[in-house]
Amino acid sequence: MSDASSTPLTILVLVKHVPDAQFDRHIDQSTLRMDRSESILSELDEYAVEAALAIAEERGGPKAGNQVIAATMGGPKAVGSIKKALQMGATSGLHLNDETLAGSDATATSRALAALVKYAGNVDLVVTGMASTDAETAVVPAQLAERLEFAALTNASRVEFDSAASALTISRDHGSESLKLSASFPAVLSVTDQANEPRYPNFRGIMAAKKKKTEEVTAADLGLDASAVGAAGSGTEVVSAEARPARTAGTVITDNGQAGIALVNYLAEQKLI
Amino acid sequence: MTSALLFFTELTQAPSKAQRELLTLAARFDSATVALTGDISEEATGIVGSYGIGRILQAPAGDGFQDHEVGVLDAAVQTVNPQIVLLANDSFHREVAARVAARREVGIITDAIDVSADRTVTKDELAGAYTARVNPVADLVLVTVKPNSVEDAPAGGESAAVVEPLEVAAYASRLQVVGREEKPASGRPSLGEARIVVSGGRGVDGDFSPVEDLADALGAAVGASRAATDAGWIDHDFQVGQTGTTVSPQLYISAGISGAIQQKAGMQTSKYIVAVNKDEDAPIFEIADFGIIGDLKQILPQAAEEIRRRQS
Ligand SMILES: Cc1cc2nc3c(=O)[nH]c(=O)nc-3n(C[C@H](O)[C@H](O)[C@H](O)COP(=O)(O)OP(=O)(O)OC[C@H]3O[C@@H](n4cnc5c(N)ncnc54)[C@H](O)[C@@H]3O)c2cc1C
Repeated sequence: MSDASSTPLTILVLVKHVPDAQFDRHIDQSTLRMDRSESILSELDEYAVEAALAIAEERGGPKAGNQVIAATMGGPKAVGSIKKALQMGATSGLHLNDETLAGSDATATSRALAALVKYAGNVDLVVTGMASTDAETAVVPAQLAERLEFAALTNASRVEFDSAASALTISRDHGSESLKLSASFPAVLSVTDQANEPRYPNFRGIMAAKKKKTEEVTAADLGLDASAVGAAGSGTEVVSAEARPARTAGTVITDNGQAGIALVNYLAEQKLI
Repeated sequence: MTSALLFFTELTQAPSKAQRELLTLAARFDSATVALTGDISEEATGIVGSYGIGRILQAPAGDGFQDHEVGVLDAAVQTVNPQIVLLANDSFHREVAARVAARREVGIITDAIDVSADRTVTKDELAGAYTARVNPVADLVLVTVKPNSVEDAPAGGESAAVVEPLEVAAYASRLQVVGREEKPASGRPSLGEARIVVSGGRGVDGDFSPVEDLADALGAAVGASRAATDAGWIDHDFQVGQTGTTVSPQLYISAGISGAIQQKAGMQTSKYIVAVNKDEDAPIFEIADFGIIGDLKQILPQAAEEIRRRQS
């Protein structure tokens, strides 16, 4: 009898290298693209890496042949995000590194990532964060599911994996309802920051990551035409990006026992009540 | 001739504020059509008509999750051939738009705060630190619009919209809904749409009543920081910020919240920010128009009482 729970899984977790939100982030006025010089693994993708590792571990982890491929698309420095995922426990890296990809909008990005998933071959599950912390469109996971014809288990605040049935059940918010959705592989799973507590890379993980392999591929390797990606393959074009005037501190008072009244006076002055 | 298509999964006789804003935006185009899943009342067709929108394509409600809605919107796009599709900005509608955009190989623009008749979209970037203008390059674009972005203004159309059935092919869903639970309703305005939001953080120390009381005096929605939702003092639905709801009200009152980057990402485009915090060095004061250093447990009840006194 074939037992699904003994078949190793191939899980691809998508990680994005994004400008560190702890610093001021900028949009370059000549290219209208984000300044990516101070970048890190998107905080929200750490939850995706954790979810991918936890599912692989349910199946016996890397020893049982389960693979967790940390994949990214981005310039040469984006390999930094793969490295972090490998330190957390991913088994290998896959880096789509090609200048022609710069300036891709969501639709072009999901086109390239779908090609990357197909290139990786026999992927059972794609895991992503709920959004990237730079573009914040939160639409690429759903687009990937659509393109790959995988189940779309998106915005999961809780993930349960039934290894014997090879099925995932997630909880997600939907307006005034809380839903439980279930699907078997292949699937795209996107997780929120409620889903788990991402692990920190420990010393062993950091040492082990040095021996793990990261394959670098170009758009051409995936059979993607230059006109299908980057600005050329995008359905939208940014024509201007203006910094909003920074908010500045206004009046600050110390409570002398009457601050609640002062607050109401302020609201009345500003015609807010 | 630019034609717009609006997509709703529900339309009652009392459309939400966000739905009214979308109807207002759609009416800017030469022609507009509403695509809807689910039933529609006569009152609602009258309301759509009052925005000068004459046509509603109606499909049955779906019982699964999202696949039916994607099929309906895609069918409506092929029927109407619009140049722009407008939807709400919540995660469900974004994803429906995204999947149709992938099917049609066209662009999607999220977090729009304005859309002009030539299809130029104004949107927030980097959590509102930038305002960008984005143009579609194809003859179709899907746009999700943030609530509170435009003034609701019915064009004054007099006849009700005409409802036509929309034929939708059967679909095979790859997922199953195995649980569905209605969350308790608070009776307060919805967080994303409210004109005033009062939010509490770790500083409320387990007791949201001062925050709720001030919110009720102001007719406001209640919000929270992740520290407060993580502690279980209030449901995650009330979380404001990067991984919660993004709000852009006229007034945001922040109480007992330090002002971490992820919190600011969800509220810094508010028109006015008032902060109450007992720590004078709390980063929230850097972006507050009016700040009070002090104990929220004293200040909030006093303010609520003063508002009620002035109202009576
Ligand atoms: C991936 C990720 C996503 C996140 N997403 C979000 C998000 O969406 N939203 C969000 O809010 N956070 C988010 N966070 C968490 C964020 O980093 C902060 O930890 C959180 O916002 C802190 O909440 P707080 O300000 O309530 O608590 P604290 O930072 O502990 O601040 C409490 C404040 O209350 C003040 N205080 C205490 N007692 C009183 C009193 N009696 N009266 C007045 N003031 C008092 C203190 O001086 C202090 O400034 C996220 C974090 C991560 C890693």
